[in-house]
Amino acid sequence: MLKNRIIPCLDVKNGRVVKGINFVDLKDAGDPVEQAKIYSDGGADEICFLDITASNENRETIYDVVDRTSKKCFVPLTVGGGVRSVDDINKLLNCGADKVSINTAAVQNPEVIIESSKKFGSQCIVVAIDAKKNQDKWEIFTHGGRNNTGIDAIEFSKKMEDSGAGELLVTSMDRDGTQVGYDIELISKISSKVNIPVIASGGVGNLDHLVDGIKLGKVSAVLAASIFHYGKHSVKEAKEYLDLKGIPVRI
Amino acid sequence: MNVTIVDYNSGNISSVINSFKEVAKEKVNIEVTSDLNKIKSSDKVVLPGQGSFKSCVDALNNISGLVDELNEFTIINKKPLLGICVGLQMFADIGYEETETNGLGWISGKVSKINNQNNKYKLPHIGWNEINILKDSKVFKDIENNSHMYFVHSYEFIPNDKSVIAATTDYSSNIVCAVEKENIFGTQFHPEKSDKTGLKIIDNFINL
Repeated sequence: MLKNRIIPCLDVKNGRVVKGINFVDLKDAGDPVEQAKIYSDGGADEICFLDITASNENRETIYDVVDRTSKKCFVPLTVGGGVRSVDDINKLLNCGADKVSINTAAVQNPEVIIESSKKFGSQCIVVAIDAKKNQDKWEIFTHGGRNNTGIDAIEFSKKMEDSGAGELLVTSMDRDGTQVGYDIELISKISSKVNIPVIASGGVGNLDHLVDGIKLGKVSAVLAASIFHYGKHSVKEAKEYLDLKGIPVRI
Repeated sequence: MNVTIVDYNSGNISSVINSFKEVAKEKVNIEVTSDLNKIKSSDKVVLPGQGSFKSCVDALNNISGLVDELNEFTIINKKPLLGICVGLQMFADIGYEETETNGLGWISGKVSKINNQNNKYKLPHIGWNEINILKDSKVFKDIENNSHMYFVHSYEFIPNDKSVIAATTDYSSNIVCAVEKENIFGTQFHPEKSDKTGLKIIDNFINL
């Protein structure tokens, strides 16, 4: 039986972890490689890096991080943030990323998704959808949530599937950082609209939120950042909890 | 010992390279090449493959003499070869992804889209699934039955001779996820992304 995946996400800026696990025994708490290794040793089903480096001159730092991580972690590695072109995707894959997540570029230029999924295969193309509720619909935001495009998120998710995306990473901008739980309505609507796996993101504050994402949101995978940082919960604890709630996980 | 990972522009093979180098350490030399002489002189060959069946077959054919060299290595000289993902699928006679395409024809059978029962199952089949070991394959040495492996695929290999099936996985039906025919080994899952158990399979192959 296929298991639901738990994916810890690390925000990386200029090659350093911004928020991360605050363990005393870490040699270098800011090193993404060391943190990713802790997650994969703890049973993370995949690792996700979100590169939030703002300046262009420091963009190269992520390639070194991906290269070093892929030599230490032997679970799938997804990298997103600032991916604009087929060339960017190629560079990340060559450094050892298994999947690349594309956000703003997918909205501005859907050709990137069509072209890259043909070139590298759908399996490595993840489209990140950042959505915010506006009355009775959800609208797509780009540029790290700063720009409202007015595009309907549910329709857009279908369009991305048709363009060749292998997975969708759906983040509720209303919930992101609030720790009150996923936007279940949003993720379940998208999950039932498309026939590719959906990863839920944005808003996890406790382990029950992960359970809700899978049971009510009907997603294949749950992504979370802050609950795994600062040692609040380990990935192992999360998996044991899901198992207890009858959700199939890899233990 | 020399193990060659065939680099034929079949998509992203950096994870395969990293995992083999991790397992091999200093005892085994890992080459990444499409050089025919290097393949000829190697002890073992790994045939990765990402993207579509057609794109991988086309990429193999685009390198002059490569298919002949692989045939000689595998079928005539009977040296060990491991196919991963589409690398395994290409063992078949024929594949139906994008368009009907001939495979290497090493293990009689076809590659078809997974029957997802009217969208009841999402495709691609992505994530960790248990393998049901049916055959005491050498690459499964010290691998427990029902171990988890990482999968990413939408097509499945259906061999004619069921005795080649080394393991299956349950996703809408029992999908063939590992084969062994004499010196030919293949996994539909990605041992290079399947953490310690995956690395053990790679270790088993290197130590054949």
